[in-house]
Amino acid sequence: MEFSVNHPILFLLVGIVISVVLAQSVYFLVKSVRRAKQKGMDMKKIKKTIITAAIFTIAPAVSIVIAIISLSQSLGLALPWLRLSVVGSLSYEAIAASNAASGMGMKLSDLVGNMSASAYLTITIVMTLSIMVGIWLVPLLAKRIQSGLVSFEKKDKKWSDLLQNALFIGMISAFVGYVFCDIGRLWQSENGVFVNSDGEMFSSTSGLIPVFVMIAAALVMVLCGALMKLLKWKWLNDYALPLSMVLGMASAIPLTAILGG
Amino acid sequence: MKNRKELTYMDSVHRDGTIWNITVMMILFAFPVVVGIIFSALPDWAGVGKGLIATAPMYWAVGVIETITYIPMLGAGGSYLSFVTGNISNLKLPCALNALENADVKAQSEEGEIISTIAIAVSSIVTTLIIIVGVILIVPLTPLLSSEILAPAFDQMLPALFGGLGVVFVSKNFKLAIAPVLLMLVLFVFVPALNAGTVGIMVPIGVVFTIIYARIMYKKGWL
Repeated sequence: MEFSVNHPILFLLVGIVISVVLAQSVYFLVKSVRRAKQKGMDMKKIKKTIITAAIFTIAPAVSIVIAIISLSQSLGLALPWLRLSVVGSLSYEAIAASNAASGMGMKLSDLVGNMSASAYLTITIVMTLSIMVGIWLVPLLAKRIQSGLVSFEKKDKKWSDLLQNALFIGMISAFVGYVFCDIGRLWQSENGVFVNSDGEMFSSTSGLIPVFVMIAAALVMVLCGALMKLLKWKWLNDYALPLSMVLGMASAIPLTAILGG
Repeated sequence: MKNRKELTYMDSVHRDGTIWNITVMMILFAFPVVVGIIFSALPDWAGVGKGLIATAPMYWAVGVIETITYIPMLGAGGSYLSFVTGNISNLKLPCALNALENADVKAQSEEGEIISTIAIAVSSIVTTLIIIVGVILIVPLTPLLSSEILAPAFDQMLPALFGGLGVVFVSKNFKLAIAPVLLMLVLFVFVPALNAGTVGIMVPIGVVFTIIYARIMYKKGWL
Protein backbone atom coordinates (compact mmCIF):
# COMPACT_ATOMS: atom_id res chain seq x y z
CA MET A 1 0.00 0.00 0.00
CA GLU A 2 1.39 3.41 -0.92
CA PHE A 3 2.14 5.57 2.10
CA SER A 4 0.99 9.13 2.65
CA VAL A 5 1.05 11.17 5.89
CA ASN A 6 -2.67 11.76 5.44
CA HIS A 7 -3.63 8.20 4.45
CA PRO A 8 -7.21 7.37 5.62
CA ILE A 9 -5.92 4.29 7.47
CA LEU A 10 -3.76 6.50 9.70
CA PHE A 11 -6.86 8.49 10.67
CA LEU A 12 -8.71 5.25 11.42
CA LEU A 13 -5.88 4.00 13.67
CA VAL A 14 -5.55 7.35 15.46
CA GLY A 15 -9.35 7.42 15.86
CA ILE A 16 -9.18 4.03 17.64
CA VAL A 17 -6.44 5.19 20.05
CA ILE A 18 -8.30 8.41 20.82
CA SER A 19 -11.56 6.49 21.41
CA VAL A 20 -9.80 4.47 24.13
CA VAL A 21 -8.45 7.66 25.75
CA LEU A 22 -11.91 9.23 25.56
CA ALA A 23 -13.38 6.09 27.13
CA GLN A 24 -10.93 6.40 30.04
CA SER A 25 -12.04 10.00 30.69
CA VAL A 26 -15.74 9.03 30.51
CA TYR A 27 -15.09 6.06 32.83
CA PHE A 28 -13.44 8.25 35.50
CA LEU A 29 -16.13 10.92 35.14
CA VAL A 30 -18.92 8.39 35.70
CA LYS A 31 -17.00 6.72 38.54
CA SER A 32 -16.40 9.95 40.43
CA VAL A 33 -19.95 11.30 39.88
CA ARG A 34 -21.33 8.00 41.26
CA ARG A 35 -19.03 8.28 44.26
CA ALA A 36 -20.16 11.87 44.82
CA LYS A 37 -23.79 10.65 44.89
CA GLN A 38 -22.89 7.82 47.30
CA LYS A 39 -21.20 10.27 49.64
CA GLY A 40 -24.21 12.57 49.51
CA MET A 41 -22.24 15.47 48.03
CA ASP A 42 -24.23 18.45 46.78
CA MET A 43 -25.00 17.53 43.16
CA LYS A 44 -25.45 21.19 42.25
CA LYS A 45 -21.78 21.63 43.12
CA ILE A 46 -20.89 18.69 40.87
CA LYS A 47 -22.94 20.12 38.00
CA LYS A 48 -21.24 23.50 38.41
CA THR A 49 -17.82 21.80 38.40
CA ILE A 50 -18.69 20.07 35.13
CA ILE A 51 -19.97 23.26 33.44
CA THR A 52 -17.05 25.41 34.62
CA ALA A 53 -14.44 22.83 33.57
CA ALA A 54 -16.06 22.55 30.13
CA ILE A 55 -16.16 26.33 29.58
CA PHE A 56 -12.66 26.85 30.94
CA THR A 57 -11.27 24.23 28.55
CA ILE A 58 -12.51 25.82 25.31
CA ALA A 59 -9.77 28.45 24.78
CA PRO A 60 -6.80 26.17 25.68
CA ALA A 61 -8.30 23.41 23.50
CA VAL A 62 -8.52 25.79 20.54
CA SER A 63 -4.84 26.65 21.07
CA ILE A 64 -4.08 22.89 20.87
CA VAL A 65 -5.91 22.80 17.51
CA ILE A 66 -3.62 25.64 16.37
CA ALA A 67 -0.61 23.57 17.49
CA ILE A 68 -1.92 20.62 15.44
CA ILE A 69 -2.22 22.88 12.40
CA SER A 70 1.40 24.00 12.80
CA LEU A 71 2.76 20.44 13.22
CA SER A 72 0.57 19.08 10.40
CA GLN A 73 2.57 21.00 7.80
CA SER A 74 5.43 18.52 8.13
CA LEU A 75 3.85 15.46 9.75
CA GLY A 76 0.40 15.38 8.16
CA LEU A 77 -2.72 15.67 10.27
CA ALA A 78 -3.11 12.20 11.80
CA LEU A 79 0.11 12.02 13.86
CA PRO A 80 -0.16 15.51 15.45
CA TRP A 81 -3.83 14.74 16.16
CA LEU A 82 -2.72 11.62 18.05
CA ARG A 83 0.26 13.15 19.82
CA LEU A 84 -1.54 16.31 20.98
CA SER A 85 -4.66 14.43 22.09
CA VAL A 86 -2.55 12.00 24.11
CA VAL A 87 0.32 12.97 26.42
CA GLY A 88 2.12 15.56 24.35
CA SER A 89 2.42 19.30 23.97
CA LEU A 90 3.55 21.30 20.95
CA SER A 91 7.06 22.16 22.17
CA TYR A 92 7.90 18.60 23.28
CA GLU A 93 6.52 16.96 20.15
CA ALA A 94 8.12 19.43 17.74
CA ILE A 95 11.56 18.91 19.32
CA ALA A 96 11.19 15.10 19.38
CA ALA A 97 10.14 15.08 15.69
CA SER A 98 12.98 17.40 14.76
CA ASN A 99 15.55 15.24 16.64
CA ALA A 100 14.22 12.09 14.93
CA ALA A 101 14.62 13.79 11.53
CA SER A 102 18.18 14.85 12.48
CA GLY A 103 18.89 11.23 13.48
CA MET A 104 18.06 10.27 9.89
CA GLY A 105 20.40 12.98 8.61
CA MET A 106 17.59 15.30 7.54
CA LYS A 107 15.65 18.34 8.65
CA LEU A 108 11.96 18.09 9.42
CA SER A 109 11.32 20.64 6.67
CA ASP A 110 13.06 18.32 4.15
CA LEU A 111 10.31 15.77 4.78
CA VAL A 112 7.40 18.05 3.84
CA GLY A 113 5.49 16.35 1.00
CA ASN A 114 8.25 13.75 0.87
CA MET A 115 7.77 11.55 3.93
CA SER A 116 8.40 7.83 3.52
CA ALA A 117 6.68 5.24 5.72
CA SER A 118 10.08 4.45 7.26
CA ALA A 119 10.75 8.10 8.19
CA TYR A 120 7.21 8.39 9.57
CA LEU A 121 7.74 5.30 11.74
CA THR A 122 11.09 6.59 12.95
CA ILE A 123 9.58 9.90 14.03
CA THR A 124 6.55 8.21 15.63
CA ILE A 125 8.73 5.82 17.66
CA VAL A 126 11.03 8.61 18.90
CA MET A 127 8.00 10.72 19.92
CA THR A 128 6.29 7.77 21.63
CA LEU A 129 9.31 6.51 23.57
CA SER A 130 10.54 9.97 24.57
CA ILE A 131 7.27 11.32 25.86
CA MET A 132 5.45 8.74 27.92
CA VAL A 133 7.19 8.60 31.30
CA GLY A 134 4.15 9.78 33.24
CA ILE A 135 1.83 7.10 31.84
CA TRP A 136 3.77 4.23 33.46
CA LEU A 137 5.24 6.14 36.38
CA VAL A 138 1.89 7.28 37.80
CA PRO A 139 0.74 3.67 38.45
CA LEU A 140 4.06 3.05 40.24
CA LEU A 141 4.08 6.22 42.35
CA ALA A 142 0.57 7.61 42.76
CA LYS A 143 -0.56 5.30 45.57
CA ARG A 144 2.64 5.78 47.59
CA ILE A 145 2.64 9.57 47.21
CA GLN A 146 -1.08 9.83 48.07
CA SER A 147 -0.66 7.57 51.15
CA GLY A 148 2.32 9.67 52.23
CA LEU A 149 0.23 12.83 52.00
CA VAL A 150 -2.62 11.24 53.97
CA SER A 151 -0.26 10.19 56.77
CA PHE A 152 1.20 13.73 56.79
CA GLU A 153 -2.34 15.04 57.29
CA LYS A 154 -2.94 12.68 60.23
CA LYS A 155 0.31 13.74 61.91
CA ASP A 156 0.04 17.50 61.41
CA LYS A 157 -3.06 18.88 59.71
CA LYS A 158 -1.93 22.50 59.62
CA TRP A 159 1.37 21.61 57.96
CA SER A 160 -0.43 19.32 55.52
CA ASP A 161 -2.72 22.18 54.40
CA LEU A 162 0.28 24.48 54.15
CA LEU A 163 2.18 21.90 52.10
CA GLN A 164 -0.70 21.65 49.62
CA ASN A 165 -0.81 25.45 49.26
CA ALA A 166 3.00 25.50 48.88
CA LEU A 167 2.74 23.04 45.96
CA PHE A 168 0.18 25.20 44.18
CA ILE A 169 2.03 28.46 44.89
CA GLY A 170 5.34 26.93 43.73
CA MET A 171 3.77 25.98 40.39
CA ILE A 172 2.02 29.34 39.95
CA SER A 173 5.20 31.30 40.89
CA ALA A 174 7.13 29.59 38.06
CA PHE A 175 4.51 30.69 35.53
CA VAL A 176 4.31 34.22 36.97
CA GLY A 177 8.11 34.42 36.60
CA TYR A 178 7.87 33.14 33.03
CA VAL A 179 5.54 36.02 32.14
CA PHE A 180 8.47 38.39 32.77
CA CYS A 181 11.07 36.37 30.82
CA ASP A 182 11.22 38.74 27.83
CA ILE A 183 11.16 41.99 29.77
CA GLY A 184 14.96 42.24 29.43
CA ARG A 185 14.39 43.25 25.78
CA LEU A 186 13.77 46.74 27.17
CA TRP A 187 17.42 47.24 28.06
CA GLN A 188 19.01 44.76 25.65
CA SER A 189 17.70 46.44 22.48
CA GLU A 190 19.45 48.73 20.07
CA ASN A 191 17.40 51.48 18.40
CA GLY A 192 14.23 49.90 19.74
CA VAL A 193 14.93 46.52 18.12
CA PHE A 194 15.87 43.33 19.96
CA VAL A 195 17.51 40.51 17.99
CA ASN A 196 17.50 37.04 19.61
CA SER A 197 20.11 34.27 19.17
CA ASP A 198 18.17 32.88 16.16
CA GLY A 199 18.30 36.27 14.44
CA GLU A 200 14.58 36.94 14.99
CA MET A 201 13.70 40.62 15.53
CA PHE A 202 11.32 41.98 18.15
CA SER A 203 10.41 45.47 19.34
CA SER A 204 12.07 46.46 22.61
CA THR A 205 8.66 46.78 24.31
CA SER A 206 7.34 43.39 23.10
CA GLY A 207 8.40 41.77 26.40
CA LEU A 208 5.84 43.93 28.20
CA ILE A 209 2.91 42.33 26.35
CA PRO A 210 2.64 39.17 28.52
CA VAL A 211 3.05 41.30 31.66
CA PHE A 212 0.16 43.60 30.70
CA VAL A 213 -1.93 40.62 29.58
CA MET A 214 -1.40 39.00 32.98
CA ILE A 215 -2.34 42.26 34.73
CA ALA A 216 -5.46 42.61 32.54
CA ALA A 217 -6.59 39.04 33.37
CA ALA A 218 -5.89 39.62 37.08
CA LEU A 219 -7.94 42.85 37.01
CA VAL A 220 -10.88 41.04 35.37
CA MET A 221 -10.67 38.41 38.11
CA VAL A 222 -10.63 41.11 40.82
CA LEU A 223 -13.59 42.84 39.14
CA CYS A 224 -15.52 39.53 39.07
CA GLY A 225 -14.77 39.10 42.79
CA ALA A 226 -16.04 42.63 43.51
CA LEU A 227 -19.23 42.06 41.48
CA MET A 228 -19.84 38.79 43.33
CA LYS A 229 -19.57 40.57 46.67
CA LEU A 230 -21.29 43.87 45.89
CA LEU A 231 -24.11 42.66 43.64
CA LYS A 232 -24.33 39.13 45.11
CA TRP A 233 -23.74 37.67 41.64
CA LYS A 234 -22.70 34.28 42.95
CA TRP A 235 -23.19 32.66 39.54
CA LEU A 236 -20.23 34.67 38.26
CA ASN A 237 -17.92 32.52 40.41
CA ASP A 238 -18.19 29.66 37.89
CA TYR A 239 -17.27 31.83 34.93
CA ALA A 240 -14.68 34.15 36.49
CA LEU A 241 -11.54 32.23 35.48
CA PRO A 242 -12.57 31.45 31.86
CA LEU A 243 -13.79 35.06 31.50
CA SER A 244 -10.55 36.54 32.86
CA MET A 245 -8.51 34.24 30.60
CA VAL A 246 -10.44 35.07 27.42
CA LEU A 247 -10.52 38.84 28.11
CA GLY A 248 -6.81 38.72 29.01
CA MET A 249 -6.08 36.96 25.72
CA ALA A 250 -8.25 39.47 23.84
CA SER A 251 -6.27 42.34 25.41
CA ALA A 252 -3.15 40.92 23.73
CA ILE A 253 -4.50 41.99 20.31
CA PRO A 254 -4.47 45.80 20.93
CA LEU A 255 -1.42 45.47 23.22
CA THR A 256 0.57 43.80 20.45
CA ALA A 257 -0.53 46.51 18.01
CA ILE A 258 0.66 49.22 20.43
CA LEU A 259 3.84 47.63 21.81
CA GLY A 260 4.93 45.77 18.67
CA GLY A 261 5.49 42.04 18.19
CA MET B 1 -5.85 -10.12 50.92
CA LYS B 2 -8.64 -7.66 50.23
CA ASN B 3 -11.46 -8.93 48.06
CA ARG B 4 -13.40 -6.76 45.64
CA LYS B 5 -16.01 -5.70 48.22
CA GLU B 6 -13.36 -4.54 50.72
CA LEU B 7 -11.61 -2.22 48.26
CA THR B 8 -11.89 1.39 49.31
CA TYR B 9 -12.85 3.99 46.72
CA MET B 10 -9.23 5.17 46.56
CA ASP B 11 -7.96 1.60 46.12
CA SER B 12 -10.35 1.15 43.21
CA VAL B 13 -9.16 4.43 41.64
CA HIS B 14 -5.55 3.18 41.76
CA ARG B 15 -6.49 -0.26 40.42
CA ASP B 16 -8.62 1.12 37.55
CA GLY B 17 -6.11 3.87 36.77
CA THR B 18 -3.28 1.35 36.52
CA ILE B 19 -5.30 -0.87 34.16
CA TRP B 20 -6.28 2.09 31.96
CA ASN B 21 -2.79 3.60 31.81
CA ILE B 22 -1.12 0.29 30.94
CA THR B 23 -3.79 -0.33 28.27
CA VAL B 24 -3.25 3.12 26.71
CA MET B 25 0.54 2.63 26.83
CA MET B 26 0.28 -0.68 24.98
CA ILE B 27 -2.05 0.84 22.37
CA LEU B 28 0.38 3.75 21.87
CA PHE B 29 3.22 1.25 21.31
CA ALA B 30 1.00 -0.74 18.95
CA PHE B 31 0.35 2.28 16.70
CA PRO B 32 3.77 2.34 14.95
CA VAL B 33 3.83 -1.48 14.83
CA VAL B 34 0.47 -1.61 13.02
CA VAL B 35 1.44 1.25 10.69
CA GLY B 36 4.66 -0.63 9.84
CA ILE B 37 2.77 -3.86 9.11
CA ILE B 38 0.10 -2.14 6.98
CA PHE B 39 2.61 -0.20 4.88
CA SER B 40 5.25 -3.01 4.92
CA ALA B 41 7.87 -0.63 6.30
CA LEU B 42 10.53 -0.67 8.99
CA PRO B 43 11.84 2.35 10.87
CA ASP B 44 15.35 3.65 10.34
CA TRP B 45 16.76 2.05 13.51
CA ALA B 46 19.91 4.20 13.48
CA GLY B 47 17.65 7.26 13.22
CA VAL B 48 15.53 5.98 16.12
CA GLY B 49 18.68 5.48 18.24
CA LYS B 50 20.13 8.90 17.42
CA GLY B 51 16.76 10.60 17.84
CA LEU B 52 16.25 8.95 21.23
CA ILE B 53 19.74 9.82 22.46
CA ALA B 54 19.08 13.46 21.56
CA THR B 55 15.60 13.56 23.08
CA ALA B 56 14.91 10.88 25.66
CA PRO B 57 17.41 11.55 28.50
CA MET B 58 16.17 15.09 29.08
CA TYR B 59 12.48 14.26 28.56
CA TRP B 60 12.69 11.22 30.82
CA ALA B 61 14.38 13.21 33.57
CA VAL B 62 11.82 16.02 33.24
CA GLY B 63 9.03 13.41 33.04
CA VAL B 64 10.08 11.79 36.34
CA ILE B 65 10.33 15.16 38.12
CA GLU B 66 7.00 16.36 36.64
CA THR B 67 5.26 13.17 37.71
CA ILE B 68 6.46 13.45 41.31
CA THR B 69 5.61 17.17 41.40
CA TYR B 70 2.15 16.98 39.87
CA ILE B 71 0.69 13.84 41.52
CA PRO B 72 0.07 15.57 44.91
CA MET B 73 -1.66 18.46 43.15
CA LEU B 74 -3.78 16.46 40.68
CA GLY B 75 -5.03 13.80 43.08
CA ALA B 76 -5.12 10.09 42.20
CA GLY B 77 -7.81 9.90 39.50
CA GLY B 78 -6.67 13.23 38.07
CA SER B 79 -3.07 11.98 37.82
CA TYR B 80 -3.95 8.79 35.93
CA LEU B 81 -6.04 10.84 33.49
CA SER B 82 -3.73 13.84 33.13
CA PHE B 83 -0.61 11.84 32.37
CA VAL B 84 -2.50 10.09 29.56
CA THR B 85 -4.15 13.17 28.07
CA GLY B 86 -1.25 15.62 28.55
CA ASN B 87 -1.32 19.45 28.63
CA ILE B 88 -1.08 19.36 32.43
CA SER B 89 0.34 22.73 33.49
CA ASN B 90 -1.50 24.75 30.82
CA LEU B 91 -4.91 23.08 31.17
CA LYS B 92 -5.60 20.13 33.46
CA LEU B 93 -3.99 21.42 36.66
CA PRO B 94 -5.40 24.99 36.45
CA CYS B 95 -8.80 23.44 35.71
CA ALA B 96 -8.57 21.21 38.80
CA LEU B 97 -7.29 24.08 40.97
CA ASN B 98 -10.17 26.31 39.90
CA ALA B 99 -12.69 23.54 40.56
CA LEU B 100 -11.28 22.88 44.06
CA GLU B 101 -11.33 26.60 44.82
CA ASN B 102 -14.93 27.07 43.57
CA ALA B 103 -16.20 23.96 45.37
CA ASP B 104 -14.32 25.04 48.52
CA VAL B 105 -12.91 21.57 49.21
CA LYS B 106 -9.40 20.48 50.16
CA ALA B 107 -7.33 18.66 47.57
CA GLN B 108 -6.40 15.81 49.94
CA SER B 109 -9.97 15.06 51.07
CA GLU B 110 -12.07 12.48 49.22
CA GLU B 111 -14.40 15.30 48.14
CA GLY B 112 -11.35 17.06 46.69
CA GLU B 113 -10.30 13.87 44.91
CA ILE B 114 -13.80 13.57 43.40
CA ILE B 115 -14.00 17.24 42.35
CA SER B 116 -10.53 17.32 40.75
CA THR B 117 -11.14 14.02 38.91
CA ILE B 118 -14.46 15.32 37.56
CA ALA B 119 -12.87 18.61 36.42
CA ILE B 120 -9.95 16.85 34.72
CA ALA B 121 -12.18 14.19 33.10
CA VAL B 122 -14.55 16.86 31.72
CA SER B 123 -11.60 18.93 30.53
CA SER B 124 -10.09 15.88 28.78
CA ILE B 125 -13.40 15.00 27.10
CA VAL B 126 -14.04 18.59 25.93
CA THR B 127 -10.44 18.92 24.66
CA THR B 128 -10.68 15.67 22.73
CA LEU B 129 -14.03 16.66 21.19
CA ILE B 130 -12.81 20.16 20.23
CA ILE B 131 -9.71 18.64 18.64
CA ILE B 132 -11.89 16.18 16.68
CA VAL B 133 -14.05 19.08 15.42
CA GLY B 134 -10.84 21.01 14.62
CA VAL B 135 -9.41 18.08 12.64
CA ILE B 136 -12.65 17.55 10.70
CA LEU B 137 -12.98 21.27 9.93
CA ILE B 138 -9.26 21.88 9.47
CA VAL B 139 -9.63 23.33 5.96
CA PRO B 140 -12.13 26.11 6.78
CA LEU B 141 -10.62 26.67 10.25
CA THR B 142 -6.95 27.03 9.27
CA PRO B 143 -7.20 30.57 7.82
CA LEU B 144 -9.23 31.71 10.84
CA LEU B 145 -7.07 30.14 13.56
CA SER B 146 -3.83 31.03 11.80
CA SER B 147 -4.94 34.62 11.16
CA GLU B 148 -2.48 37.32 12.15
CA ILE B 149 -5.21 39.18 14.05
CA LEU B 150 -5.92 36.30 16.43
CA ALA B 151 -2.32 35.05 16.72
CA PRO B 152 -1.30 37.47 19.54
CA ALA B 153 -4.28 36.32 21.64
CA PHE B 154 -3.36 32.63 21.45
CA ASP B 155 0.33 33.47 21.97
CA GLN B 156 -0.61 34.99 25.33
CA MET B 157 -2.81 32.19 26.68
CA LEU B 158 -0.50 31.29 29.58
CA PRO B 159 -0.04 34.87 30.91
CA ALA B 160 -3.85 35.34 30.74
CA LEU B 161 -4.50 32.04 32.49
CA PHE B 162 -1.98 32.59 35.28
CA GLY B 163 -3.04 36.23 35.70
CA GLY B 164 -6.53 35.09 36.70
CA LEU B 165 -5.43 32.06 38.68
CA GLY B 166 -2.39 33.79 40.23
CA VAL B 167 -4.29 36.74 41.66
CA VAL B 168 -6.64 34.38 43.55
CA PHE B 169 -3.96 32.10 44.99
CA VAL B 170 -1.32 34.75 45.65
CA SER B 171 -3.79 37.08 47.41
CA LYS B 172 -5.05 34.21 49.60
CA ASN B 173 -1.53 33.06 50.49
CA PHE B 174 0.36 36.35 50.29
CA LYS B 175 2.99 35.63 52.98
CA LEU B 176 3.71 32.24 51.47
CA ALA B 177 3.78 33.49 47.86
CA ILE B 178 5.95 36.57 48.12
CA ALA B 179 9.37 34.84 48.25
CA PRO B 180 8.81 32.23 45.50
CA VAL B 181 7.21 34.79 43.17
CA LEU B 182 10.13 37.20 43.70
CA LEU B 183 12.69 34.42 43.20
CA MET B 184 11.10 33.29 39.94
CA LEU B 185 10.77 36.88 38.74
CA VAL B 186 14.47 37.54 39.28
CA LEU B 187 15.49 34.22 37.70
CA PHE B 188 13.30 34.62 34.60
CA VAL B 189 14.31 38.28 34.07
CA PHE B 190 18.06 37.82 34.50
CA VAL B 191 18.80 34.27 33.30
CA PRO B 192 18.55 34.34 29.49
CA ALA B 193 18.16 30.53 29.21
CA LEU B 194 14.84 30.70 31.05
CA ASN B 195 11.92 31.12 28.65
CA ALA B 196 8.72 29.46 27.44
CA GLY B 197 10.64 26.28 26.63
CA THR B 198 12.11 25.92 30.10
CA VAL B 199 9.19 26.98 32.30
CA GLY B 200 8.22 23.31 32.79
CA ILE B 201 11.63 22.62 34.34
CA MET B 202 11.24 25.61 36.68
CA VAL B 203 7.94 24.33 38.14
CA PRO B 204 9.59 21.63 40.30
CA ILE B 205 12.26 24.15 41.36
CA GLY B 206 9.54 26.62 42.36
CA VAL B 207 7.66 23.88 44.22
CA VAL B 208 10.71 22.63 46.16
CA PHE B 209 11.75 26.19 47.07
CA THR B 210 8.21 27.04 48.25
CA ILE B 211 7.96 23.87 50.38
CA ILE B 212 11.30 24.62 52.10
CA TYR B 213 10.32 28.27 52.59
CA ALA B 214 6.90 27.23 53.94
CA ARG B 215 8.50 24.76 56.36
CA ILE B 216 10.89 27.38 57.72
CA MET B 217 8.08 29.94 58.09
CA TYR B 218 5.86 27.32 59.73
CA LYS B 219 8.55 26.23 62.22
CA LYS B 220 9.18 29.86 63.16
CA GLY B 221 5.43 30.38 63.60
CA TRP B 222 5.22 33.05 60.89
CA LEU B 223 2.44 31.36 58.92
